[in-house]
Amino acid sequence: MTRKIVIPQEEAEARLLQAGETVLLSGMIYTARDAAHRRMQEALQSGQELPIPIKGQAIYYTGPGPASPGRIIGAAGPTTSGRMDVYTPPLLAKGLRIMIGKGMRSPEVVESMKKYGAVYLAAIGGAGALLAERILDAEVVAYPELGPEAILRLWVEDFPAIVVIDCDGNNWYEIGRAKYRR
Amino acid sequence: MRKLTAAQVEDTVARLCIEANYQLHPEVQQALADSLQREEAPLGREILRRIQENIILAPKTGIPLCQDTGQTVVFIELGQEAQIVEGDLTEAINAGVRRGYQRGYLRCSMVEGLYTRQNTGDNTPAIIHYEIVPGDQLKLVVVPKGAGSENMSALRMLNPSDGIEGIQQFVVEVVDRAGANPCPPVVVGVGIGGTMEKAALLAKKALLRPLNQPNSEREIATLEKAILDQINNLGIGPQGLGGRVSALAVLIETFPTHMACLPVAVNLNCHCARHKEAVL
Repeated sequence: MTRKIVIPQEEAEARLLQAGETVLLSGMIYTARDAAHRRMQEALQSGQELPIPIKGQAIYYTGPGPASPGRIIGAAGPTTSGRMDVYTPPLLAKGLRIMIGKGMRSPEVVESMKKYGAVYLAAIGGAGALLAERILDAEVVAYPELGPEAILRLWVEDFPAIVVIDCDGNNWYEIGRAKYRR
Repeated sequence: MRKLTAAQVEDTVARLCIEANYQLHPEVQQALADSLQREEAPLGREILRRIQENIILAPKTGIPLCQDTGQTVVFIELGQEAQIVEGDLTEAINAGVRRGYQRGYLRCSMVEGLYTRQNTGDNTPAIIHYEIVPGDQLKLVVVPKGAGSENMSALRMLNPSDGIEGIQQFVVEVVDRAGANPCPPVVVGVGIGGTMEKAALLAKKALLRPLNQPNSEREIATLEKAILDQINNLGIGPQGLGGRVSALAVLIETFPTHMACLPVAVNLNCHCARHKEAVL
């Protein structure tokens, strides 16, 4: 059955999630992709605070389109997560609990996820309209100059996703695929 | 000489940019519907159903199919008896992209400056391929091409001795390695022959062919089918989460090449395989 989860998440809650299960997310999530990650890395390296609270939070790898009149946000599907891999372990060390994106992660990211208790979820790539409909509010909270790469705070309700890598490092891209490979 | 104005070109490009990003081609929709019949994985089936839901929602809600509205690739076939007047053709195409992306509320993704990677703010410049053809018409095809699938594309200069088997192996290897990243089920465009850039362009052009239309040469059509079957046995499945449907189609385009060459380019497209065309 589809599990409903609320963000922010405690480590103990996140550890219950298992690779391969479908979930519906509700609560607050932050968007960040390539340029925002680079900025956050620069902030950490120069001893500055991150522009968003990160402990127990979720980052959604997306660069939404502009909102048309009367809409909260444009299309808002996931981007390829692997490009964020090099920036991710320090964020996990700071308590990042959930990452939402699509595509494979590096062994280094998976190791950090196991160490700090984080999960990686996939949203359906190319379902930008469907996912935008589950976003109730959106506000730019950091790096507005980055345009579509700015960090937004989104309120989501029943946002559909699939647990791909759980806190134990089980990886559904590998498990699911092995079942049907011949 | 038949005269066409730059303004006509601009208007058409703007319209095609918007249509391509909101309405998926009926033949792609059909291929997705057919694939649902073949998918065995429960999760894969659920994903395919949500993808179909998205296709219905986009035009109804006024939200594009995907936030990655791509680099705008434009194929131009200009009849040699047609003349563009009252403006510059390239300028007109870029003006059309600028207008289409603004009026269509489409995300602008183009960045410039090797060191700065600044967003150009209007999704220009378009990637334009010109061809001069017989006749007095102008054909325009607009292809919004997302980065998820473009980044997983590849080209290899094979040896002629690698043969058909080598080609087959390389194409399957590219899709296998791409896994979940290019938003499967993917469309696989393959260009074989010519020089390096010719093969790459053929692969991109192959993506424009209707998914249910095999190559007109029987042997090549057989190869397309063989590669598709092999890909669908990789287990990748919808979104890479396991299943039978990893690709919707394999489309091969060929060209003569040097006796010492066998270039093979593989251009992947996501399930949201967008393109729209018009003839002026």
